Amino acid sequence: MTTLLFRGGRVIDPANGVDRVCDVLVDGGIITRIGDRIVQSGAHEIDVTGSIVTPAFVDLHTHLREPGYEQKGTVATETEAALRGGFTTVCAMPNTSPAPDSLTIVQSLLELIARTARVRVLPIGCVTRGRAGKELADLSELADAGCIAISDDGNPVADGRLMRNALEYAAALRLPLSEHCDSPSLNADGVMNEGRISERLGLAGQPAAAEVSAIARNIALAETTGAHLHIAHVSTARSVELVAEAKARGLHVTAEVTPSHLFLTEDAVFGTGPEAAYDTNARINPPLRTEADRQALLRALNNGIIDAIATDHAPHAIEDKLCEFDVAAPGISCLETAAATIFTLVSRGELDLLAAIRALTAGPVATFALGARIPGIGALTPGLSTDLVVLAPGENWTVDTSTFASKGKNTPLNGQSLTGRVRHVVMNGELAYSAELAHA
Amino acid sequence: MLDVSNPEAIANEPGTRWRTKDLLDTDQLTPEEIDLVMSTADAMHDVRSRPVGKVATLRGATVITLFYEQSTRTRASFEVAAKSLGADVVNLTASGSSIEKGESLIDTVRTLEAIGADVVVMRHPNSGAPYLAARHTAASIINGGDGTHAHPTQALLDLFTMRRHIGPLEGKRVVIVGDILHSRVARSNIWTLMAAGASVTLCGPATLVPRTLAGKTERGTCDVTTNLEEALEGADVIMTLRIQKERQHFGFIPSLRDYIRGYQVNARRLAIANPGALVMHPGPMNEGIEISPDIAHGLGSVIEEQVTNGVAVRMAILYLITTARAQ
Amino acid sequence: MSLERLLGPDEIARTVRRLAHEIIENNSGTANLVIVGLLSRGYPLAVRLATEIEAFEGVRPPVGRLDIGLYRDDVSRRGIPPVLRPSDIPVNIDGATVVLVDDVLFTGRSVRAAMDALLDFGRPAQVRLAVLIDRGHRELPIRPDFVGKNIPTALVQSVNVHLAELDGEDGVYVVGQEASHA
Repeated sequence: MTTLLFRGGRVIDPANGVDRVCDVLVDGGIITRIGDRIVQSGAHEIDVTGSIVTPAFVDLHTHLREPGYEQKGTVATETEAALRGGFTTVCAMPNTSPAPDSLTIVQSLLELIARTARVRVLPIGCVTRGRAGKELADLSELADAGCIAISDDGNPVADGRLMRNALEYAAALRLPLSEHCDSPSLNADGVMNEGRISERLGLAGQPAAAEVSAIARNIALAETTGAHLHIAHVSTARSVELVAEAKARGLHVTAEVTPSHLFLTEDAVFGTGPEAAYDTNARINPPLRTEADRQALLRALNNGIIDAIATDHAPHAIEDKLCEFDVAAPGISCLETAAATIFTLVSRGELDLLAAIRALTAGPVATFALGARIPGIGALTPGLSTDLVVLAPGENWTVDTSTFASKGKNTPLNGQSLTGRVRHVVMNGELAYSAELAHA
Repeated sequence: MLDVSNPEAIANEPGTRWRTKDLLDTDQLTPEEIDLVMSTADAMHDVRSRPVGKVATLRGATVITLFYEQSTRTRASFEVAAKSLGADVVNLTASGSSIEKGESLIDTVRTLEAIGADVVVMRHPNSGAPYLAARHTAASIINGGDGTHAHPTQALLDLFTMRRHIGPLEGKRVVIVGDILHSRVARSNIWTLMAAGASVTLCGPATLVPRTLAGKTERGTCDVTTNLEEALEGADVIMTLRIQKERQHFGFIPSLRDYIRGYQVNARRLAIANPGALVMHPGPMNEGIEISPDIAHGLGSVIEEQVTNGVAVRMAILYLITTARAQ
Repeated sequence: MSLERLLGPDEIARTVRRLAHEIIENNSGTANLVIVGLLSRGYPLAVRLATEIEAFEGVRPPVGRLDIGLYRDDVSRRGIPPVLRPSDIPVNIDGATVVLVDDVLFTGRSVRAAMDALLDFGRPAQVRLAVLIDRGHRELPIRPDFVGKNIPTALVQSVNVHLAELDGEDGVYVVGQEASHA
């Protein structure tokens, strides 16, 4: 195992309160020293002056698609995409086929992960059997099998009583319930945010009230049950206000936001329009909202109301998107662009650098209490941590989906120029990915 | 006169260029292009009124109608228009074809292009479908109606009809009454009327009138109201839209009776508008519901004329699009 | 680029008067006569001819105008299509003697298109062609019945007719390398 010495980068580690320019030594599979002018004979030196060195990113919300939807992605391809995006830990959402709602399915998933995954994958179990929203899955089995959270993501748990019972169980098991907050009856056949663009384009709208009313209901139930409610992919200004209020009252409520919702608005569906309108790559659930919503999400991230940036990486096969907007599959493939979109927002002054890095590292770890299971995760703790990312914050590059490791080329950012590039990723103390080598 | 073999003369003769391969909606047209459609439609209207109502200008061109939704009037109108210009016409419906077997829209359109279609006239239940088709074929796509989004040829024939009766639309008041939310006719009309400098008022039940469609452009305005009597004051044109019974089923309106009470265009309401106000309807009508029978066939009604003008306007569009393809 | 004026307002007026006399003589009067001008400049000429005829004979023949945009043989080959205008022939031309009027006769293709257009309006007994200028270089077997002036030209030249109704002044101009006179 090579000893690695990263020279002269700006080391930012919110978990340990570190922000300084210095060297980082990785030896024997662990980060051993962080300090000035480290000397270590035999070490492979990498000059990272001008770059930022952070703990490797942790994603609370990824869709690996396998088992069942291998045409959209596999554990192998999507974890390779995660690695290149700077993520060495991803939490896999359970909308696969079969869905992990019992011990045996989780076990076979873990086996698949052990065989083919490029990064650490933590499974999220289903809330309901088959994700059908009718009966609870065997939640204690799922907890024992290693699930770090439960979710029916893709669908909300629509029935109030069932949700309440799920939260009671989750509280007892000390598992977070990551909820896709939505109201199916309000959303009917909506395919994009209800508003100016949907009404012009003649597309059925998904009103903000659908998400907001569901969040309100779920927060009330979290209060009743004392459970940890984690709100997946918040998208509206009012949603964020509810989260802030719940936290202010001491409830165990956390929230995540996707890089797509921080970067894009419903205008992406209209594009440079009108001839360019109806870009199915901009179809996502929850939908891209208004600029006012986006600004509220940025503010909430900057002041800590939102705990984590979670990609909601959703790869799709070409034919799932090359069709009419009404029938296009929702979701954006974004593991390989997430870091760049976040750092582009930082370079534009819309996002605070430290808040952004925290939301990619210490924030997600604290949200799902991963530090107890995996010591040193999301941090650069000498003697404990093993993963880091070197990122060039000023490097401009153009998104080219043909170079994606992910099977999903579905992003509205193709051809767009972003600022901020992952240069190196160290995982388990080894250089697992290097942008320079990838080009060679 | 322009000598067609003299290249210099051709270069000097003024003509507006038709810019786009397709006609997807009226919001892509400049006011000059709209005027070009109007003046070309004048010439086509003249052709249609002659003893021999056709010309051979588009001889050799192939026009294929691809309708994923049922339609009598629009399809027949396009067919007559194409044939009046000497083009060959093929009509395709979704049922009983490979489309029913699950062939994708893009594959279907590419197949038609390979067969030799110069122009495909499309009607589709999903908003945006013609945009997808247009991006994936070199054939010209004319949108014959997509979901609740657009029906550009209807809006253009509506404008043509209005102009023939009340002249330029600058400063005129047009009221569109009915289920605006689900109406592609209303949307396309908003763009043409605003480009023409009219002031548009959208009127209907609160659940069926999207507030965000209100707005202003450099030339025209659009506002929104639920009060029909107020909307009709000073109106020069009243355009009624069909109300579908299904809307009651989904809770948009309490009942047709309630709708008639608030929004039926009848003699009493017509009297509020300007004298000589035009009464229009894209058809087919539910007489007795959104419009009373006496008004539908009364003095101010130009509803049948809309249909006749539809052929002339569609001839104009086919002519402009097909001649633009040669360049 | 040389520009030479060959005919001025007086010469044009005399030519039009002579053409009117020839038309009346050829037709033995004004019976069944319909004068149809090809848009753009054929039409003001047609109106002037009708006025002259009325001055001599006391009867004004009906005047119509014809747009040939839809009848051309090069619709898919040229640049920007010209703006189409409505034609207007105010009488039934079945059995009539129609005199088509144009400003310049060149390849003959416009007249061919005009005859196709005319025949969509009805079935005249006879069609005659009156032109102010014949500049030669026919590509189709078309010959004029009444000619104002023959002006042999080179292909690279062009002949432009200005009429007061449209251009503010009367004049016939030859544009290009060599100009020659009738």
